[in-house]
Amino acid sequence: MTKYTRLAATGLISAAVAIFTLVPTTASALDNASAKKLVDALVGEINRVIASEKSEQAMFNDFKRIFAKYGDTSYIAAYAMGNDGRRASNAQKKKFSAEFQTYISRKYGSRFREFIGGRLEVESVRPVKSWFEVKTTAFLRGESPFTVTFLVSNRTGRDKFFNMFIEGINLLLTERTEIGAMIDRRGGNIDQMIADLRNAK
Amino acid sequence: MFKTNPYRARRISLIMLVPLCLFLAACATPETARISGDVFDPYEENNRQTHELNRALDTALVRPVGVGYTKIIPDDLEDSIGNFSANLGVPATVVNNLLQGDVEGAFINTMRFVFNTTLGFGGLFDVAADFQINEVKADFGQTLYVWGVPEGAYIELPILGPSTERAAVGRAVDLFTNPLSYVLPSPDKYIGTAAGVASKVGDRGRYAETVDSVLYNSADSYSQARGIYLQNRRFELGDGDAAEEINPFDLNTEGF
Repeated sequence: MTKYTRLAATGLISAAVAIFTLVPTTASALDNASAKKLVDALVGEINRVIASEKSEQAMFNDFKRIFAKYGDTSYIAAYAMGNDGRRASNAQKKKFSAEFQTYISRKYGSRFREFIGGRLEVESVRPVKSWFEVKTTAFLRGESPFTVTFLVSNRTGRDKFFNMFIEGINLLLTERTEIGAMIDRRGGNIDQMIADLRNAK
Repeated sequence: MFKTNPYRARRISLIMLVPLCLFLAACATPETARISGDVFDPYEENNRQTHELNRALDTALVRPVGVGYTKIIPDDLEDSIGNFSANLGVPATVVNNLLQGDVEGAFINTMRFVFNTTLGFGGLFDVAADFQINEVKADFGQTLYVWGVPEGAYIELPILGPSTERAAVGRAVDLFTNPLSYVLPSPDKYIGTAAGVASKVGDRGRYAETVDSVLYNSADSYSQARGIYLQNRRFELGDGDAAEEINPFDLNTEGF
């Protein structure tokens, strides 16, 4: 079970990540300094939320609002649906995208309390192809510090966070596995998957 | 009466490990170039059976004990037990740092061990972390990676959980790489082992909801655990740069 504990530790951070949506800026091109400034501000906000020890529901609400506002939600939803997205109708895509945001907020937001006492610190920023990779270190009580990386792009014309890695664990890939398994379990029925996403944890 | 010298017995068992290690390492199937997230899982059927076994064990024993432990033991004490057990593992890490030719890592970890064993009261407190001296992780599975042994197939081990052929061989060898186990008398060794188990169980309790979400709430907990383990393990080894593999501009997001 020891490996599960590791992913547990790292999973916590996903909660932080959840809140972690990048502050929207103008459509100007990102550079190292502005990307760092952005994430510094964001990390400050996350740390405040963690320190506030709000109720689970309050954190969940915070997260949902911020994720919808600052995350590249259409990219994240499209990635999570993977190849099944090719045969989905526009109506299904739209519905999925909306349900997926709620699901993500609940899934990661509900773990916030395991985070209390932790903090994130921005370490470095580097350009990768057409986006920026912001490395942060997560400090949790009684754990060795570990790396949480955020990917930021202005694909949509505004700076948005579109993926994160917790100790190398790719949020998008993890959610694509999850959605893919849900669709498989339902005999390929996308509508049923979307309906069940409402109760998925 | 023939009496075995315990030290000699130790040495013999260590020597016997070398062919074992080579044998097991040779079992690992060579792989072609792969990207992060790729999975080589020829034993999936068996692995899934083991996974169900592990889940049943977690439900019946590990989870309830872990949750109870976290509830009963005060946080500070829980941290100290974790620190104590981690500190006892540092000499093994140093051995692996050296086997990998990482002299700097070996030095940093030795400093940690010295600080925490003395100023940290036998490792109960992680004072080295206060000085920003953080562990440079190493284990024998990683040493094998550095030596060029391929990852091999994914395997889920009973009780221990997700692993690969290479990592599993590493775990077996690491039972013997800790110099402390050769110098500490028996009862003291078992205190370390007990602290290690307690620490793992405590983690299960502390991160109960997150672990539950993978083990019990995902649509396919086997593939979720496998994917998470492999990505994390490869990241720790520095095997591949996962962050470079996705291009957000390549995906059709129309309609989402």
